[in-house]
Amino acid sequence: MGKVSITLQNTDEGRMLVDAIVADNPAAEVSRMPALTKIDCEDRLSLRRETIEERIGRRYDLQELQLSLISLAGNVEEDDDSFTLAWSRGASPKHS
Amino acid sequence: MNAMPPLKQRKLSLKERYSHLTRGLGWETTYQPMDKVFPYVSYEGIKIHDWEAWEDPFRLTMDAYWKYQAEKERKLYAVIESFAQNNGHLNITDARYVNALKLFLTGVSPLEYSAHRGYAHVGRHFVGAGPRIACQMQAIDELRHAQTQMHTMSHYNKFFDGLHDARHMHDRVWYLSVPKSFFEDACSAGPFEFLTSISFSFEYVLTNLLFVPFMSGAAYNGDMATVTFGFSAQSDEARHMTLGLEIIKFMLEQDEGNVPIVQRWIDKWFWRGYRLLGLVSMMMDYMLPKRIMSWAEAWEMYFEQAGDALFEDLSRYGIRKPKYHEVASKEKHRLSHEVWSIFYNYTHAAAFHTWLPTEDEMKWLSAKYPDTFDKYYRPRFKCWSEMAAEGKRFYNPTLPQLCTTCQIPMGFTEPDDPTTICFRSAEYKGERYHFCSDGCKDIFCYEPEKYVQSWLPVHQIYMGNCGGAEVKDVLDWYHLNFGVDNFDYEGSPDQKLWDEWQAQKAANPV
Ligand SMILES: [Fe+2]
Ligand SMILES: [Fe+2]
Repeated sequence: MGKVSITLQNTDEGRMLVDAIVADNPAAEVSRMPALTKIDCEDRLSLRRETIEERIGRRYDLQELQLSLISLAGNVEEDDDSFTLAWSRGASPKHS
Repeated sequence: MNAMPPLKQRKLSLKERYSHLTRGLGWETTYQPMDKVFPYVSYEGIKIHDWEAWEDPFRLTMDAYWKYQAEKERKLYAVIESFAQNNGHLNITDARYVNALKLFLTGVSPLEYSAHRGYAHVGRHFVGAGPRIACQMQAIDELRHAQTQMHTMSHYNKFFDGLHDARHMHDRVWYLSVPKSFFEDACSAGPFEFLTSISFSFEYVLTNLLFVPFMSGAAYNGDMATVTFGFSAQSDEARHMTLGLEIIKFMLEQDEGNVPIVQRWIDKWFWRGYRLLGLVSMMMDYMLPKRIMSWAEAWEMYFEQAGDALFEDLSRYGIRKPKYHEVASKEKHRLSHEVWSIFYNYTHAAAFHTWLPTEDEMKWLSAKYPDTFDKYYRPRFKCWSEMAAEGKRFYNPTLPQLCTTCQIPMGFTEPDDPTTICFRSAEYKGERYHFCSDGCKDIFCYEPEKYVQSWLPVHQIYMGNCGGAEVKDVLDWYHLNFGVDNFDYEGSPDQKLWDEWQAQKAANPV
């Protein structure tokens, strides 16, 4: 299949998002560059609201992602509890 | 932490909020027939059977949109102010870096404004409420990008040359016709082609190559203000990229007859966008005093790998990789060197300074381009630097032949031979037109009536439409200050000022 990808700013909030992604997606590969962090993952990658809230210590609306995002690759699927990037929308999700 | 209180139940879900936002915004008109209200929506041949099938994955509602955009602005302006208060321009690695900003302000920021106009236009002309809202939000974003970039870089304009009249230069200066004509080509197409060109081919497939290395490069070179406007703009970009992927899938899912039309647009706009990025390649390999990654590495990461995954995903609709993508990959080890050489040739007519890479920089280039740099480009730079040392700095006194499609001087080489310039030509209505590549030639041949109207800077100069017959007359007409904005960095007023600051710093250690 191919890798999906998300790039976040190296801000305080961005760092916690990276942490949360790594916790929820053990296959995620993290590359750190000046001012930004790029995360790639085979097939799909999810951000869960709960995991982020545990790290950030407050309620988090997933649409706040808009403030930290730099780039992404993959089809986006978003609801109130998770934000997912995946290739082949509709294909059955393989979970790690 | 399970102690977190649950979200209030009465709150509508994201999906519900979004459907309330779009509900009832599109309807069948009765006072006027639909085709008169939406005159551009069918002539391109794209068939849409159900506009309701459009899905916006971000489902951003207006209240959330304003809230997050306002927060982005507050953050950005806080940084811009502290940058100015703390004389942030003194912390950049080297004043050569500012030339990348000059290219950005004159070449890219005006495109943000064109994008604003383009999205406002197509946002009016789609029938479905989903794409109209997405385009209108993007139109506002793009205006914000143009404004914040000008505000941020205005600080540099207080000290450095070449930043004083970007809008005017964009409309007139020879190499700026490359980005300008690219965008005008898109804006003068129909609404579906516009979204394929800008939202998909440019923003989704190629924009990472512009913004990510440029902003990371700005951070690495001490330019916090530019990093911040870049990321502020780029945070909108993720939403724009998603619009690009959505429009493609929407067209492909609506009607099988759309597939060949979309494929042709993908082929065309991949090549147009790739040629435009030639300017970025030289920025990355030559203009950043501290480099992040080479053009070839960026191409591998952001096109070859990311593009493989994307086009594999789209293959289920019958879409293949863009035509001539393999030519772009063959060119990746020479593109930046060829483009920088063109600018070195014509530095007397450019609004930014050029230079030859230092020995250390050439070492980096040899390491990044082991198969090409030492063989083809190092000897050329060595020759030019010897000529300069003898007081015979090489300038090209003849105006270059331009490619009719991309408008870049014909300096690219054959896909399989880096020592032979690539020339293609085609005849149309008794006139001969010239191209830098098969990609550019194909684009012309499919729509010759469009491209015979190209405003080619060199032709215009020879026709007497650009202020006069002498280089100085033309530069005047460009609003370029001769002897200040142009020529080598070595000996420029920018360099003099920077060296004075460095001397002061050394004399007054903090
Ligand atoms: Fe933009
Ligand atoms: Fe061309």
